[in-house]
Amino acid sequence: MAKARARTGGWSAIWHLLGLVAPGVIWIVVFLVAPAAYLMTIAFMTNGSYGLPEMPLTLAAFKQLAGYGFLGWSPANLYVVGRTLAQTVLATAAVILIAYPVAFYISRAPARLRPLMLLLVVVPSWTNQVIRAIGWMNILAPGTPMADLAAALGFISPHLGLYPSQFAVALGLVYNFLPFMVLPLYAVFERLDTAQIDAARDLGAGTWDAFRHGVLPQTLPGLAAGTVLVAIPAFGMYVIPELLGGGKNLMLGSLVARQFAAASNWPFGAAAALIMIVATLVGLMVLRRLGRRLGGDSGVML
Amino acid sequence: MSQSRSPAATEAGRDNAPRADTAISLRGLHQAFGPDAVALDGVDLDIPAGSFFTLLGPSGCGKTSLLRVIAGLDSPDAGTLSIGGRDVTRTAAHKRNVNTVFQSYALFGHLDVAANIGFGLRMQGHDRATIKKRVAETAAFIQIDNLLGRRIDQLSGGQRQRVALARALVNEPDVLLLDEPLSALDAGLRATLQLELLRIQRRLGMTFVFVTHDQDEAMVMSDTVAVLNQGRIEQVGAPAALYERPANPFVARFMGHSNLFAIRAQDAEGLTADFGRLAGDFRPGSHVLLRPEVMHIRPADAPAAGGQGPNVIRAQVRERLYRGSRMEYTVAAGETTLVAVDDNRGQGMYDIGAEVALAVEQSGVVTLDG
Repeated sequence: MAKARARTGGWSAIWHLLGLVAPGVIWIVVFLVAPAAYLMTIAFMTNGSYGLPEMPLTLAAFKQLAGYGFLGWSPANLYVVGRTLAQTVLATAAVILIAYPVAFYISRAPARLRPLMLLLVVVPSWTNQVIRAIGWMNILAPGTPMADLAAALGFISPHLGLYPSQFAVALGLVYNFLPFMVLPLYAVFERLDTAQIDAARDLGAGTWDAFRHGVLPQTLPGLAAGTVLVAIPAFGMYVIPELLGGGKNLMLGSLVARQFAAASNWPFGAAAALIMIVATLVGLMVLRRLGRRLGGDSGVML
Repeated sequence: MSQSRSPAATEAGRDNAPRADTAISLRGLHQAFGPDAVALDGVDLDIPAGSFFTLLGPSGCGKTSLLRVIAGLDSPDAGTLSIGGRDVTRTAAHKRNVNTVFQSYALFGHLDVAANIGFGLRMQGHDRATIKKRVAETAAFIQIDNLLGRRIDQLSGGQRQRVALARALVNEPDVLLLDEPLSALDAGLRATLQLELLRIQRRLGMTFVFVTHDQDEAMVMSDTVAVLNQGRIEQVGAPAALYERPANPFVARFMGHSNLFAIRAQDAEGLTADFGRLAGDFRPGSHVLLRPEVMHIRPADAPAAGGQGPNVIRAQVRERLYRGSRMEYTVAAGETTLVAVDDNRGQGMYDIGAEVALAVEQSGVVTLDG
């Protein structure tokens, strides 16, 4: 009897478990696995005469992505990938450099001021991305004080303006993603064990070593989380490069979008999107390695 | 307790440098973190070299602030601090030959045990071979050589404590500061490590400055104890002096005394307090302390001891606690209550309500000021 009860208990436990995980599984299958599989299939299909993917399966899209076209090989697409990578790395680094001291400062501020300060960091992201990008256009456009200042200092030719440019794209990315770095960093700074800084100083560490051993390892989980939150969306960013780059400096996100819209080359777009996913996964693995190298063995794992 | 020390040179290869008699000298140290947060209020203190010196006080009394000033982690608002005869008031922490064992241990989670212990040597720029050798020596001395390859999160509390100790000792500091290093450990481990710390201090002959709020721990371990209260030093002395001759009511209460009474009237013939009158020519003071050990409890109808005879306080038993080796009574006398203890020699316990007499030894009555 005990056995029977155990078995019915087992079955009900299994149903219970299925009931619990089913919504999540269905959600992921419908909205992630299925579209990804569809995308992957398209990437290996032939681009039809009317812009729709057709059979047979080929590697044509990937060849085109690598630069082989009607006119022979061209590095244009590789430039796009390289430019996007460089822009992502640069923007993420700038975001870290700004967010790290900001998060530290907020974490040391009087407790009653901290929510307000965090709110000030987050509030801009409640406005639509497009509107904020257009705002930057108005700040950076030719003839604005900012542009005139940059021209006067000799950074740009007169009358050119800071927008559209690679600089404007980078600025837009940094501005857009700052909160996503500040928040996880604030979380780790808030529970920073300052005794470790004292210990490092007590043991003869100067400022750099006290930071390197007393602070940095403790903040690695926040840095890793922030980097994932910033770098991955920045890599696939469409709106900001499109608006602030003025369409001059094509980025991967725009390249993909164009294939599905104006250029009507779905297999090519899907192939580019696949490359983006692969690059993201590689980036995550590098980040994980780096976290281990720097020594945050527990908690840095993603 | 013997004051002699074994030479500083040990199997760990420490050089036996001559030491000045005073390791640390503090003069007029003031520190405040705001108008209502005075941590140190004019601290003058001389810490003898090679001694186990304890800063004792309740939480918030300034003992940890004082330790941080000695370590160089905080700088005082006023006053001077010299270590080994050299004024280091404005010397940065990393340039002082002083190391600390922190209350939370503050071990580096990203380094293994060996790298944690070797951290100070690495910061001083020693080469790998030297670091490895000295880490191994110190680890052997503290008996944690089997842990060297472990990560910090694989260690128990007691092991972390030892690693923190080794990390400080490996640098051969002039002074080792210990900030309540045993407070996070359970009672049994605590007792073991108390003895071990004492043994290490005796063997190295190093000056240990130990912070604690536990007067038992302070008494067991220290050569000298300084009692702090609200940023001031109340009394400095050997544990026996503090316990038997506390300078003021605060020290008396902090050392665990409960029989402390304000003196109502005093003259050359004796003194009067809430419990009654004691005859004798006592030093004038504001309070009188009756240590339970110098009061002998006996039945009220027992004949008084012959000769000059001690003072006798008539009392009635109100509460009794059986403590194994001794019995503890709360007795009512005059307008107040006293605590009296009786060694357990199998004589049984007095009943609640029993009339008793407390024979007070003249030499055990202490009058205090303040």
